[in-house]
Amino acid sequence: MAETIGVNGLRKRYGDVNAVDGVTFSVDEGEFFGILGPNGAGKTTTLEIVEGLRQADEGTVSVLGLPPWPRNPRLLPRIGVQLQASSFFERLTAREQLQTFGSLYGVPAKKADAMLEAVGLADKADVRVEKLSGGQAQRLSIACALVHDPELVFLDEPTAALDPQARRNLWDVLRTINTEGRTIVLTTHYMDEAESLCDRVAIMDAGRILKLGPPAVLVRGLDAPARISIASGVLDAADARQLPGADEADDDGVSLTISTRDPSAVVAAMAAKDALDGVQIRGATLEDVFLELTGREYRA
Amino acid sequence: MSTLESFKSLSRAMFLGFRRDRGALFFTVLFPLMFLVIFGGVFGHQSTSKVKVLEIGNVPILDQAMAHGSGELGKTMKLSKASDKHGALHKVTKGDADAAVEQVGNQLVVHYSAADQVKSGTVQGLMNSIVQGANQAATGKPPAYHVAAQQVEDDSLKAIQFFTPSLLGWALASAGVFGASQTLVTWRTKGILRRLQLSPAPIPTVFAARVAVSLAVALVQFALFVAVAQLPFFGLKLGHYWWMAIPMVLSGVLAFLAIGMVIGAWAKTQETAQAVTQLVVLPMAFLGGSFFPLDASPTWMRTIAYVFPLRYLNTGMLNVMGRGLGPMSALPQMGILLGFAVVGGLVAMRLFRWDSA
Repeated sequence: MAETIGVNGLRKRYGDVNAVDGVTFSVDEGEFFGILGPNGAGKTTTLEIVEGLRQADEGTVSVLGLPPWPRNPRLLPRIGVQLQASSFFERLTAREQLQTFGSLYGVPAKKADAMLEAVGLADKADVRVEKLSGGQAQRLSIACALVHDPELVFLDEPTAALDPQARRNLWDVLRTINTEGRTIVLTTHYMDEAESLCDRVAIMDAGRILKLGPPAVLVRGLDAPARISIASGVLDAADARQLPGADEADDDGVSLTISTRDPSAVVAAMAAKDALDGVQIRGATLEDVFLELTGREYRA
Repeated sequence: MSTLESFKSLSRAMFLGFRRDRGALFFTVLFPLMFLVIFGGVFGHQSTSKVKVLEIGNVPILDQAMAHGSGELGKTMKLSKASDKHGALHKVTKGDADAAVEQVGNQLVVHYSAADQVKSGTVQGLMNSIVQGANQAATGKPPAYHVAAQQVEDDSLKAIQFFTPSLLGWALASAGVFGASQTLVTWRTKGILRRLQLSPAPIPTVFAARVAVSLAVALVQFALFVAVAQLPFFGLKLGHYWWMAIPMVLSGVLAFLAIGMVIGAWAKTQETAQAVTQLVVLPMAFLGGSFFPLDASPTWMRTIAYVFPLRYLNTGMLNVMGRGLGPMSALPQMGILLGFAVVGGLVAMRLFRWDSA
């Protein structure tokens, strides 16, 4: 598979802060690649350097075989970028917005309606951008990034501040874009989003990549315990700790939670005691990997 | 990809954005027009008010003068009859009339109030000249000396001739400076500048489209102002070379856009840009002579006025539109305005930032 993005030893300082501190990764053609990290981890700066908005202090970047810096008008038509803020021209309708962005790439005006259809905004064509809901504005913003049919698409926190329905709706749009053969690079701090969408994720903090790989591999590699919980009072916590395979049990008055690395043994033993009412079994998620790597303390 | 297509499409988008902005429409078009209507209405029909003279009983010498003076006297004096001397004097005391006159035999008695010395002086002068005239006529000889009065301006240099170009200048200045500074700050804070940076369209095309929209809006402002001022009620009479005002207006707008760009490139937030724009535009409008002629203002004020491009635009437009001077008279001002545009543009480019970070 051809390499779409190659980043090697990237560094960027702002004053005495190392925003990006030696980042290396590559993205293959057709891949859905995620960059995860808490706020201020350096995701956006990394993305901006790859897009060609900023110059790196050190390291090399190649996008579709070309250097993105300085501004490269031959490369720009091949990439599509959705920025964090909704960067729309004021007081234009959704259709006019797409036509205007399209015209920057020499795309004919009639392409706008097809794009609106693709992101499910056909009925909002004549609505001004100021009147669109958060989810609709994000979809329009993605349509604007795709209007010139780019091979590579950058999305910077596309689902930030969306409600659950709008997020899932947007995920469908993004999956469709990816299955059309486009390479997608996405930043997010939603773990479920990365887990559900991305082929591979890079977990960043303090300007470095801490882990890189497919979400499932990262989760398995964590070797975190599964957590089995039932309603409080069915089983005594002390008894629960004695169950075969149980590492730890804790009753908070609402639920009894058992940590285990052998969930099948524990569930079998609980079934024997007829204590499976309202049982919930949760494995480790990308969130656990993330918290394991970046720490749990709150950073304001 | 055609740059021209991008240019047209961007211009269209920005023009739509402007046309749909009711606030901007009001402040750049309607608000200055309102000023024109008010100023034109208040000052347009201004004439020094006539002296009001009450005629007590019959004053033949006055009636004769009014009848013979071919209406000249009627322009400066309003004569009305009063039957009762006491009432007439009371009116003069109260200031409702400037003087009361009565004829006692061959004597013309003028009752005046010392409260308004200018008016009472005018009345006494008038009455003196009437009596002199009557005396001279009584000799039966033709007068030895004549006065021939000639006005220096042509009749048409009324207030509207001044207010149309100068209020238009203010309208253009606020539209230009506001338009450019707000656009630049909005585009930067909303990330549109970055988005444009990431498109293959040449950046000069994008800015040219914005400038083109401002120039088009300025021409609309110009047309509206001149059309309204030419209504019979206001009575603007354009100079023969009025069309020279069009390149003037365009040069002026370029200068104002450049100032707006400097503010927009420097200011971090829209609020700052707005405040600074006001700080520039309002003093510029006053000192540039948009609201009153600068001829009567102190020398230092007139000197300061020359740092503002509006001063040159107003003078140039007044010359070709209001005073009827020739087309070449506008060239120095146009040159200075374009100079402002170039210098402002260079400063704005030095200060320019793609994003707010």
